[in-house]
Amino acid sequence: MKKSGIVAGIVVALLAAGGAAAFAIAWRPAIAAIEPADRQSFSPDLVKRGRELAAIGNCSDCHTVRGGKNFAGGLPVPTPFGVVFSSNITPDPETGIGRWSEEAFRRAMRSGVNRQGQHLYPTFPYDHFTNVSDEDDRALYAFLMTREPVHAPKPENQLSFPLDQRVVVAGWKLLFLRRETYQPDASKSAEWNRGAYLVEGLAHCGACHTPRNALGAERATASFAGGDVDNWQAYPINAQSPAPVPWDADALFAYLRHGVHPDHGTARGPMAEVVSNLSSVPESDVRAIATYMADVFGSPSPERKLRGEAAQAQAKANPQPASDAASGKNATGAAIYAAACASCHESGRQPPYGGINLALSTAVASPDPRNLANIVLSGVRPVEGERSPIMPGFAASMNDEQIAAVLNYLRGRFSEQPPWSDLEKIVADARRSQTAFLQTSARARNAPADPAQRDKP
Amino acid sequence: MMTLKVNGQDHQIEAEPDTPLLYVLRDDLKLNAAKFGCGLGQCGSCTVMVDGKAVLSCVTPMVLLEGKQVTTLEGLGTISEPAPIQRAFMEEQSAQCGYCIAGMMMRAQALLLRNPKPTDEQIRAEFAPHLCRCGTHMRILRAVHRASRLMDTADASSSTRRSAQ
Repeated sequence: MKKSGIVAGIVVALLAAGGAAAFAIAWRPAIAAIEPADRQSFSPDLVKRGRELAAIGNCSDCHTVRGGKNFAGGLPVPTPFGVVFSSNITPDPETGIGRWSEEAFRRAMRSGVNRQGQHLYPTFPYDHFTNVSDEDDRALYAFLMTREPVHAPKPENQLSFPLDQRVVVAGWKLLFLRRETYQPDASKSAEWNRGAYLVEGLAHCGACHTPRNALGAERATASFAGGDVDNWQAYPINAQSPAPVPWDADALFAYLRHGVHPDHGTARGPMAEVVSNLSSVPESDVRAIATYMADVFGSPSPERKLRGEAAQAQAKANPQPASDAASGKNATGAAIYAAACASCHESGRQPPYGGINLALSTAVASPDPRNLANIVLSGVRPVEGERSPIMPGFAASMNDEQIAAVLNYLRGRFSEQPPWSDLEKIVADARRSQTAFLQTSARARNAPADPAQRDKP
Repeated sequence: MMTLKVNGQDHQIEAEPDTPLLYVLRDDLKLNAAKFGCGLGQCGSCTVMVDGKAVLSCVTPMVLLEGKQVTTLEGLGTISEPAPIQRAFMEEQSAQCGYCIAGMMMRAQALLLRNPKPTDEQIRAEFAPHLCRCGTHMRILRAVHRASRLMDTADASSSTRRSAQ
């Protein structure tokens, strides 16, 4: 009796201690609401800096829905755990962040907790934003607080129990959130360090380009080894890159700044928004990102270099489609290619006026055919008010079997890689997800990239 | 030799599988509403409907059309009996040089079949693949809205015509 009483006492004490510990880990206080800030109180220079930083952070991409108001949130973000909707980050006092102090904003960026003290789901990439400096958070805050307030309540997330309990996120953070902030590497140049600060922090490149573990955290041992976003493959952007021609700092700069490079083609899918935003920020920051990322890619091995040169040679060689069509191996794919693709992709015109030769296409060389399927279905939409590459989509004129045939043809003719398997199913999935994607995502026209807006605070 | 269904009629066509539909329509069938603009699927003037969807006929090879229904502007209405979409474009005087307009009308028709009451925003998004150098865009926008109203109240004769596609 006595003994069991002691045991029970110990159990109760342990439970209480555990509960208290859990509470201490999970509980965050609310930060007092403020009266909505006076827009005039922010200096125009600070707001302008914030605009550039918001563009580097690609904030508008997740926080704006197609046809919706900028930064009003509501974008459904599909995750393996359910759908999380992005927040309204306009200064609306009721549904946005109008009552957030700068301190509350910084806490959200650093540790993923909202003003009221609730944990935010890590679809908001605060695991990167821990690296953002106080100074940059201040500028971002100034920029967001001077946007047009939009009354737009956030839709309920579609998560099942227990993931719908925000306290669960506290456990996730305990496991995966590193709280230290970016430390410069003294052995590298200032430009490299600037790039590392941006890439690992605000630009959060790894959020898409690093694979995630079963609990949805980036795998620390596989940085930049490629990931998934909206049924697109975010390519590996390290030594495992499938790009036929190896990337270097100049190519990365041109691509990130202008959205297109003659050896690599056009940014599309979710990356189109990223480069659209990067076209509006200081050139030196894009240069810094390119410098750092070139180091992450590493210098190519001699064998890799040779393969790149071979791809460039194939791209320059004279067209040879007739013999392929006659071979009969994949006559449908060859005929589709000749009529629908070759007139642009073998024109010899540099992008954006012609499509790249597909011997140079990462989409064709990648082990994952989804990006190629997506692009054949939906094409590349024009960017409003800007000179940009365009490609018609073929969803209306080709069925899944025909798209699979042309994909097979491209893979066989333009890469040294083994054929893809299961193509028809992948194309069918791509058709479904592209339809949804085009309905919800913002067009390739974001506030910061709008040329008329660029110089405004 | 393959069978091509255009505007409800079967045609026996002798063409390579990679021949663009536009060439067959214009050269073999003398259906000249669809225009050759860029030949690259970038201007929209060659747009026709295939199974009710807007398709760029200059980049659509014959091999894709086995068993499909092609509809060109000639299949919608005639000069004496224009279809609602044609009446709307005439009444709004949406054509200046007119080169792009046949393609625009086909895109509009496909849109209205799918979405009888499109918003301005939806029409603009849908028409992104079409170029017009004359600058009649606002009239084109009005014409699509007018066609939407005309189709709502369309008389029996033009609705039977429309049901042919």
